[in-house]
Parts: sequence; structure tokens; C-alpha cells
Amino acid sequence: MFTNIFQYGFIIRGLEAGIIVAIIAPLIGIFLVLRRYSLIADTLSHVSLAGIAIGLLLGLNPVLTALGVTIIASLGIEKLRNSKRIYGESALALFLSGSLALAIVLLSLAHGFNTNLFNYLFGSILTVTINDIYIIATLAVILIITLLLFYKELIFVSFDEDVAKVSGLPTRLINTILILLSAITVSLSIPIVGVLLIAALIVIPVVTALQLRQSFLKTIIYSEVISLFSVIAGIFVSFYFNLSTGGTIVLIMLAIFLVIFSAKKLY
Amino acid sequence: MQVDHSKNIIEIKDVCFSYRNEEVLKNITLDIHQGDYLGVVGPNGAGKTTLIKLMLGLLPLNCGSIKLFGQDIKDFRDWSKIGYVPQKATNFDVNFPVTVRQVVAMARYAKKGLFHFTNKDDEIIIEKSLKQVEMWEYKDRLIGDLSGGQQQRVFIARAIAGEPEIVFFDEPTSGVDKKTQDEFYTLVKELNEKSGLTIVLVSHDIERITAEAMHIACVDHTLVCHTSSQEFLEESESLNIFGHKIKNIYHHHN
Repeated sequence: MFTNIFQYGFIIRGLEAGIIVAIIAPLIGIFLVLRRYSLIADTLSHVSLAGIAIGLLLGLNPVLTALGVTIIASLGIEKLRNSKRIYGESALALFLSGSLALAIVLLSLAHGFNTNLFNYLFGSILTVTINDIYIIATLAVILIITLLLFYKELIFVSFDEDVAKVSGLPTRLINTILILLSAITVSLSIPIVGVLLIAALIVIPVVTALQLRQSFLKTIIYSEVISLFSVIAGIFVSFYFNLSTGGTIVLIMLAIFLVIFSAKKLY
Repeated sequence: MQVDHSKNIIEIKDVCFSYRNEEVLKNITLDIHQGDYLGVVGPNGAGKTTLIKLMLGLLPLNCGSIKLFGQDIKDFRDWSKIGYVPQKATNFDVNFPVTVRQVVAMARYAKKGLFHFTNKDDEIIIEKSLKQVEMWEYKDRLIGDLSGGQQQRVFIARAIAGEPEIVFFDEPTSGVDKKTQDEFYTLVKELNEKSGLTIVLVSHDIERITAEAMHIACVDHTLVCHTSSQEFLEESESLNIFGHKIKNIYHHHN
């Protein structure tokens, strides 16, 4: 049974992309969840949709156009948030609805929704190309190195931004790095898990691992284990039962969360 | 600890600050000397926390100037000289997965610069700071699992682990019991008298801070008084700070 699945090149590519995404999503997710920034993943995923629409319209690689548009939008969100002229969550709402509207208008120009877009909305291992793998792998390496370099600063700013600022840390730079890394993670995760479910991949493994009440490093490790298991199991299950890959992955993650949450409540 | 009146650590001149067209502070002029233990008092919403945040560069000045260690706050870079225990220190996210040791280590991060992790020297300072607040045995516990008083001690350890010359405390005893308050004030006095740290402590507990601090600054949108604790105590009847029956602006030194 398991040998059959590896006969298909698209499954191998899907698994490779899935494993990369499963590794990077909780790494960025832990900082977003602890800063109560979970909603930013949702917003950036809708912004990515506008980027994908541009890619499909112009015949460019949608992952690359999504990456570009999401990075620009993430900087805009941060600037708007820093201006303190509107609430942080309002800035997210503006970008979320604005980018969704832009995506719909662009796609109507391209003669409506097509199968390709459906795959990006809900995720499908069929959409992962070998080029996507190269792009995802390169950017994942950049992301992991950047996180390692700013690891301690990101923890401090996430824990107590004011004290971090008073201690002399460049908090604005750290915040910009965090939002840029989020933009990269969201754009890269779309081919495998889809626009509508990427926030789940970033948030749920971290929220589940936080229930275990361990140190920061152990929380990251547990998030990684949950994320990797869910993505690999989700790809296998969705292949054999002909289900949506993204939806299956997220449902497996939610099941793990429910088990751990209930077990912690009982004991 | 003797106050060195010749050495100003902080010089505040004609400072004002408004938030959304509402004037929070105006005409604040105040010097804080090396070795001082200054209690900042005033009614709720009088601008005490705003004043602290202006001194720490967390809010921008609308007018006037602030000098830290003789340097204009805009050009000041030596933030390791300043320790800060904020009002919300014990209201942090209790689910945040960091140990006591990691919280105190944060004070060393800015000193390390980007791309460097804490080394053996930092570990020695972290251990010393935790021992000073009697929290070393809790070093591997999650901060969220400690009591309010213990968390407060850890945040003090973090403030002193940066080896500052001045430490700001913003309403540090709100929401903690009497015993914890006593322990806290004993610890702060030790930091001032034995370790030679300059202390600025915002408190709404006027009676207690008058008994502890060397000088008192009363803030009610402007600087209502700046005097020694002794004189403040003697004249507090006529000052009647919370009733706004203010006689004078005092500026005396022992």
C-alpha cells in the first residue's frame, strides 16, 4: 500500500513541500501566538490570494507573486500599526477585506475562478511543482537562519516589548523582521495547505504544545512534532481517501489539540 | 546611601505631554540625583506612569527636554544603565513558556548585541541577581507557575541583572499582599543603600512610600511638590495631595 503512493512524483513533491512547511510554520507561529498576533496569519493569507491572482493573470509563478505582494502588505500593516492612528486589529481587517476584494476583481478579469485557484484556496499536493520546492527550500533556509540569529531578541520582545525597548533592543526592527518572516511563511505554505487554512497550520500546533506547559525550546519541539505528524499523516490520508489535503491536515491537528487539551483537563 | 546632589542622573525641563488632545502633563521640571530614592505619588490618572514612560523614552515628548546621564534622551544609547519594572510586570501572559532563568537572562540580551548568546559571565550575573532576590532555587520553574510576589522578585532580578545605575518601578505593589509588600520594600531599600542604585518608584500608597523613600515628587498633571519625605510628612496635612488642596510647589533637599 505504502509503496504505491511513492510511485507518483507529485506525492513526493507534496511530501517534500509539506515537511518544509510543517517545520517552518510553528517556528514563526510561536511568536505570533504568544504576541496575540494569530490573526495576522489569516490576513496575510488573504493578501497572498491577491498575489496568487496576479501570478495567474500574468502567467508568473503564483508562489513568487504571492510572496512579493505579502511582503509589501506586511510592511504596510506594520507601518499602519505603528502610526497608532488606527487600532492594530482594524489595520488587519482593512488589509484582509481589501486584498480579498482585489483578488476577486483580478480573477474576474481572468474569466472567473478556475481549478488552479481552487487548489490554492484549499491546498493540494497537485499544485506543488519542482520549482516551488526549490523556492520553498531556499526561503525556508533563510527563514530558519534569521530566526536563529534573532531568537533571543524575538523572545524578549514577545514577552515584554516595553522592557525590551528600555533595555536598548531595536524593537521596531525586531517587529518588522517578525512580520516579514510571517509573510514568507504564509506565502510558502499556500501550495500545500491553501490560503484558507494556512493560519491553522501556523497557530494550532503551537496552541497545542502550549497546553503541555514546558520551556520555550521544548514548546517549539513539541509544536514541530505535532505539525510534522499532522502534515505527513494528512497527505497520506487525503491521498488514500481522496480528500482535500489542507482540510485533512487541519482536522488531524485539531484532533491532536482536542486529545491533549482534554487529557490536561482530566489530569 | 548618600545622595550626590552634584550629579544629576535625570534632568527634566518644562516637559509636557498630551494624549489625543488631552493634556496629561505640563510644566514638569525635576532633577533626579545619583543615589536618590524618589517616590512619585499622585491620584489615579494624574500622569505618574506617563512621566515614567517619558523618562524611559517609551513616549515622545510634546515639549521640553529630558536628559539621561547628561545626554539628551533622543541621543541616549546607553540603556543598560537603566532598569525598569513596569506596572504590568505581574500581569504578563502566564502561559508564556519561559523559565525564571530565561526571564532574567533577557536583561543581558541587549548587552550581547545581535547574533550573540549569553556566556558564562552572563550566567554568573544571572545567578547573582536571582540569589539577591532569593529566587535562585526557582530558576528552572516556569514564570507563570509562581505566585505574584515571586514573579515580582524575578522581574526585579531581571532589572538588576542588566547592571543598571537607576531602576524605575511603576506601581510595583498593586495587587500583592501586605507581607509581599514588606519584602518588596526591604529589597528595594537594600538595592538603594547597599548596591547604590538610584530608585524611582511610582506608588499610590502615599503613606508607605513616604516611610520608605528619601524624596517625594507629587504629580497631578503638573509637579505639585518635590521635597524630602520628612518635610512631605510634616506638611502632608496642608498639602492634602489627593484632595487637591495644594499649598506650594516645594523643591527642597536635605
